[in-house]
Amino acid sequence: MAAWLARTGVRDWLFAYVGAVTVWLVTVVIADGFGAMQTLTAGLGFAVFYVLVATGQMFVIATGPGNIDLSIPATVTLGAGVAMSVMAGSDAMIVPGFLAAIATGIAVGSFNYALIRALRIPPIIATLSSSFVVQSTAIWYGRGLSIKPPDALQDFTFARVLDVPVMTLVAVLFTMAMAVVLRRTVYGRSVLAIGQNPKAAHLAGVDVERTRWVTYTLSAALAGFTGALFAGFSGGVSLDMGAQFLLASIAVVVIGGTSVAGGRANLPGLWGAALFLFLLVTMLNAAGVGSGVRQLLTGVLIIAVITAAGGEQRGR
Amino acid sequence: MIIDWRELVRTSLPALALAALLGAIFWLQPRAMSYQGLNLLLNLSIPIVFATLAQMFVLTVGDLDLGIGGFVTFVACVTVTWLAEAPLVGVLILVAAIGLYAAVGALIELRNLPAIVVTLGMSFVWFGLAVIVLPSPGGRTPEWLIAAVRLRPPGIPLAILAAVGIGLVGHLLLMRTSFGVVLRGAGGNPRAITRAGWSMLQIRMTLYALAGLMGVFAGLTLAGITTSADANIALRYTLLSIAGAILGGSQFTGGRVSPIGAVLGALVMTLAASFLAFLRLNPDWQIGVQGAILILVLALRAVLDRLAGER
Repeated sequence: MAAWLARTGVRDWLFAYVGAVTVWLVTVVIADGFGAMQTLTAGLGFAVFYVLVATGQMFVIATGPGNIDLSIPATVTLGAGVAMSVMAGSDAMIVPGFLAAIATGIAVGSFNYALIRALRIPPIIATLSSSFVVQSTAIWYGRGLSIKPPDALQDFTFARVLDVPVMTLVAVLFTMAMAVVLRRTVYGRSVLAIGQNPKAAHLAGVDVERTRWVTYTLSAALAGFTGALFAGFSGGVSLDMGAQFLLASIAVVVIGGTSVAGGRANLPGLWGAALFLFLLVTMLNAAGVGSGVRQLLTGVLIIAVITAAGGEQRGR
Repeated sequence: MIIDWRELVRTSLPALALAALLGAIFWLQPRAMSYQGLNLLLNLSIPIVFATLAQMFVLTVGDLDLGIGGFVTFVACVTVTWLAEAPLVGVLILVAAIGLYAAVGALIELRNLPAIVVTLGMSFVWFGLAVIVLPSPGGRTPEWLIAAVRLRPPGIPLAILAAVGIGLVGHLLLMRTSFGVVLRGAGGNPRAITRAGWSMLQIRMTLYALAGLMGVFAGLTLAGITTSADANIALRYTLLSIAGAILGGSQFTGGRVSPIGAVLGALVMTLAASFLAFLRLNPDWQIGVQGAILILVLALRAVLDRLAGER
C-alpha cells in the first residue's frame, strides 16, 4: 500500500484531501449537521478560482527553484477590469470579454518573460517589478469602473447540477486536460525536465527559453481569465480583488503536494488544497472564531503542512 | 582601470538613482531643497529603511522573507496598545516576537524547508496576531516615541541622519567584521562555512533574529510617525522591502548583499512614491513608478554586466 502510494505519486496529494475531508466533517459536527451539503457546494464553487490561478503558479514553480509568479494578483485585478469594460454588461460580449482578459494576461506574461530574459534577473524579482507596474495600471484602469457583470455570466457562476457548480465541472475537465498536457506533451515534459535540471534539459534538446515563455504566459493568462470569472462571481471589479491570490496561489500549490524545488507538479492536489483552505475558513467561522485567530491558524497550518511534507527537498 | 570604472558605476547605481530622483524633485520644486522640505520628503523613509534592512539580512543567507510586512504591522499594533498601556508587557511581547523570528530561521534550517513558504505562512500568523491585538483601527503611540521621530536635529533632518547611521552600522557589521564575513559566507558557500566549524543553525538564527530586530524598529518608527495603527498598516512593506534590497544590489545567491545599497534602495522607493505629486500626475501611478525605477536600475545593471562580458 505504502509503496503503491509512493510510486503513483498519490502520497503527495492525499494529504490535502484528508485535510479537506477532516475539516469538512468537523464543520458538520460543529453545525450539528446543518448545511453540510451547502458548505461543500460553496467550497467547490470557490475552489475554482484558487485552482485556476494555482495551476498557472504550479507550472511556474515546477520549472525550478526561484521560479515563482508574484504578478498573479495584479493580473487578476487587471484582467477583471478589462473583461468587465469589454463586456459592458452585455451577454453578447461575454466571450470577447474573456478573450480580452486572456490577451491581457498573455501581454503581462510575455512582459514578465522579457524581463527575465533581457535583464537576467531571478523570476521572483522580474515578476515583482512587473507586478508594481501592472497593479498601477489596474488601479488606474479600474478606478470608478462600476460595471455590473452580464446577467448570463453571473447566472453561470451560480448554476448547479445536483448541488455541484457547473463552473466546477468545467474547471475539473480543464485540470484533467492540463494533467494530460503535463504528462503526455512535449511542452509538459519540458517543464518538468527544466525543473529537474535546466542544463541537462537544454543538452537533451529541450527548447528551454520557449518553454519558460509559454509557462509564464500561461500563468498570467490564467490569472487574467480568473479575474474575469471572479468579477462575474462577485458582481464587479474592486481595486484589491486580486490581493488574496498571492498567498493563496502559492499555498494551494504547496499544500497540494508540489515541491518548491521544482521538477514535480501535482494537479489533483490543487483541488484538495483549495477545498482545504476554503473549508478551513468555513470551519473556523462556524466555530465562531474571529478573523484574527482564523488568519493565525491558517498560517500555522500552512507551516505545519510544509513541515510535515518537506524535509528532503532543497528550495528557497 | 577600465574594469574598476565599470564596477564603480555598478555599485554606485543606487546612489545615482537617488541623486537623479532628488535632482528631478528639486528641479520641479526648488522649495523641497530645504530642511523642512527634506524632512517632509523623507519622513516616511525611516521605517521602510529598517524593513529593507530586515529583508537584506534574510537575503544574506539566500532566503526571501514574505512575512516582513505582516511582522511590521504586528509590531506597530503592539506599539499602540501594549507598549502604550503596559510598557513592560509590550517590551516582553516584542522580545518574544524577535525570538519567534529566530525560531522560524531554526525551523527552516533544521527541516530544510523552503523559506518562501514558511515566511508566507508566518505572514498569515503576524497579520492574524495584529488583528487580535488591535481589532479595529486606532490605539495611541506612546508620547516618547512620537517625540523621538519628530526630533529636529540642527542642520540635518532626522531621516537623513537615521539613514546614514543605519547604513553605517549595517555596513560595519556585515562587511567589516569577521563575523559578518561568516554570515555572508553562509549564503555563498554553506558547506565551506560548516566545514570551517561554524553552525549553519546558529548563523540562520542570528540572521533571522537580526531581521526581527530591524522589523521591530520598523514597526516602532512607523507607529511613531502615524501615531495610531491598523491591521493593514504595513501591507505593502513585504514587496517594498524586497524591491529596495534588490535595487540596492543584493542578490539571491552567493551571500551578495549591500547594507548601504539597501538603505539607498529604500530611499529611492520612498522618493519614487512622492515624485508623482511633484509632477502633478495621477497618484494611481505611484506603485507603477516604483516598479519602473526598479526595472530601469536592473536594466542598467544588466547592460553593464553585458559590456563586461564582451570585453
